[in-house]
Amino acid sequence: MGIKWNEFFVTGDPLIFASQIGIALTLVGALAGLTYFKKWNYLWSEWFTTVDHKKIGIMYILLGVVMFLRGGIDGLMMKGQTAVPENDFLNAQHYNEVFTTHGVIMILFVAMPLLIGLMNFVIPLQIGARDVAFPQLNALSFWLTVSGAALFNISFIIGGSPDAGWTSYFPLAGKEFSPGIGNNFYAVALQIAGAGTLMTGINFVVTVLKMRTKGMTLMKMPMFTWTSFITSIIIVASFPIFTVALALMTFDRTFGTHFFTISGGGMDMLWANLFWLWGHPEVYIVVLPAFGMLSDIISTFARKTLYGYKSMVISIVMISVLSMLVWVHHFFTMGNSAGVNSFFSITTMAIAIPTGVKVFNWLFTMRKGRIKFTTAMLWALAFVPNFVIGGVTGVMLAMAAADYQYHNTLFLVAHFHYVLIPGVVFPIFAGLYFWWPKMFGYMLNEKIGKWHFWLFVVGFNVTFMPMFFLGLDGAVRRAYTYSAETGFGPLMMISAVGSVILAAGFAALVYNIYWSARHADRNIGNDPWDARTLEWATATPVQHYNFASLPEVTKLDAFWHMKKNNELQPLTEDEVEEVHLPSNTWIPIYMGVVFGISGFLLVFEWTIAAGVAALGILAGLAFRSFDYDEGFHVHKDEVFETESKWRKGANKGVKNHVS
Amino acid sequence: MDKHSNSFPISHVIGFFMSLVLTFGAAWIALQSSLSMKAVMWIIGTLAVVQAGIQLYMFMHINEGDDKVTNNINIIYSAFIAVVIVAGSIWVMTSGHSH
Repeated sequence: MGIKWNEFFVTGDPLIFASQIGIALTLVGALAGLTYFKKWNYLWSEWFTTVDHKKIGIMYILLGVVMFLRGGIDGLMMKGQTAVPENDFLNAQHYNEVFTTHGVIMILFVAMPLLIGLMNFVIPLQIGARDVAFPQLNALSFWLTVSGAALFNISFIIGGSPDAGWTSYFPLAGKEFSPGIGNNFYAVALQIAGAGTLMTGINFVVTVLKMRTKGMTLMKMPMFTWTSFITSIIIVASFPIFTVALALMTFDRTFGTHFFTISGGGMDMLWANLFWLWGHPEVYIVVLPAFGMLSDIISTFARKTLYGYKSMVISIVMISVLSMLVWVHHFFTMGNSAGVNSFFSITTMAIAIPTGVKVFNWLFTMRKGRIKFTTAMLWALAFVPNFVIGGVTGVMLAMAAADYQYHNTLFLVAHFHYVLIPGVVFPIFAGLYFWWPKMFGYMLNEKIGKWHFWLFVVGFNVTFMPMFFLGLDGAVRRAYTYSAETGFGPLMMISAVGSVILAAGFAALVYNIYWSARHADRNIGNDPWDARTLEWATATPVQHYNFASLPEVTKLDAFWHMKKNNELQPLTEDEVEEVHLPSNTWIPIYMGVVFGISGFLLVFEWTIAAGVAALGILAGLAFRSFDYDEGFHVHKDEVFETESKWRKGANKGVKNHVS
Repeated sequence: MDKHSNSFPISHVIGFFMSLVLTFGAAWIALQSSLSMKAVMWIIGTLAVVQAGIQLYMFMHINEGDDKVTNNINIIYSAFIAVVIVAGSIWVMTSGHSH
């Protein structure tokens, strides 16, 4: 329907042409390498078909890091373009596409996979379980996320990227003003990835409610488990709104309905309303698990129990309720009544209260603690002041009357980067340094880690601090250039320099992963940080069945008390039980592939072909229904052998890694 | 409520008759009364919510078993979300924008 074959591949831009060649070469290289080293079988049986929450978690993290690279390059391109006035590195159209994909990728394919990856890896271990409640559904969630991410990413070489901003407001995002297929990629790819996220939400609600080990009541759960639980509830409450909004968008663009087009009697602002009904809770979906990680990390390295555990729980529950009540603050300037704008101003400011409670709890946890300045702890320490800048500017933006001044300026852009980078990215880095030994059996290098930390934090502040002032001076967001007379040049240049330092920080992380994988000490014991929660009670790296016998919990910080009270007795042979685990399955990855193919056809509006491909989805459901695989049992002897091996050598000859 | 008692299931009978009263009441108001359309919508909407509550508490065992707290919180939170999304959207979309 109006799709021209000569516009199938994006042509005419040297940058995109170079990446097309680059992608083709990388693909050929990867396929050839896998075949040459005979790794296909390993990949298929150990990773692609796995239902193990730890491996799924690691794959999520890998996806997040790769997407971080992509989103980061988008960011650098924007900074390069605006570094000097009247620059012609990117044209207006290309700039629009770059800021759109930057936003979507950073939120949905970087923050979400990294957090869900860490949740996947850590939560079952923290609650003393052997897997999540629905392991196969978990794999399906992952492969749908990959499918959505792949579909979204090919848009820039095939068909053209979406270009209406990550918010894709109507009427701009409608067929009338965005006639290409770019925005179809947005609607379809996010729909597929969103379905995966929704399933993750359901999975973790059930996991936390039903899979906790003996004695772990809700009020004895580690804080990361608590925040992930609340996040999952918000996912279940808010993602269906996005699903509906995207479906309506797809109907409008592909089938000619008029939900959001004014000419046909629709309401353009209804899209903004539905988008932010999902979009604001989404901010809390990404920020809450990050808060939980920080709580666990701060209490580990301050060597104290978390201060104000109960008030923390009450705060996150309050945030989960308030997060659903603030969405209009994203479009105060729509021109609403004074009643509506005042109501949403007040609810927005109210969110600062539980958040402030949490900040003080972290500070009081550290008070009089013997703090160990590991890289993970440094990220947590840097989080507090940087995030407070983001939070305070948020309260400024919350005032509807003042928002008319700030709206759509770089002030806003600086604000949400100050919330999302210290509030999500810093904790993710902290979490990676903290849990890396549990995942892989070696630690990330602390010295390179500190380079990573300082470059990233300094680069971040140099990049985004000037944008507050630029915004107050009237620099609008999403503008691809500006004239020299505006006087924005110097601050824009500082910001661009900062982004290079930021990128150097990220490069240090990538180098750290490479260096540590090759050279780091493998003999680190099962508890290198002297930590407090159950994931550290088992082997490093974790054996595939997690726990030989499920631990019993009597207190908060269960593992810490086990260590203090000498309850960690060597395992005797009769304590070991046979372990029942789910089998691998090909269905999730198959579903990811058919969803991807069907989605791709739908993007190009070849609806009949998309419908035919969708039959493959039904086939996958049918296969699942007739799949009577009951899983497998790990024999007692095998369990006992594995357990005695790591327990015997567990803490022998282990150097002290944390001074 | 004892799940396994052999006594007469009085709460089910009360629930059943209340459901009948509410259903026929709603039908009567809609078909026979001369109230305005708006009033009729409000009244039968309210009756429907009351009826849903009766179904949940008298027939669907929401107050029984290990999960009763979870179930109750779940229902209340769902109702909260539904009200926020529907009533909130109507309020936001009609109070200022293009009106």
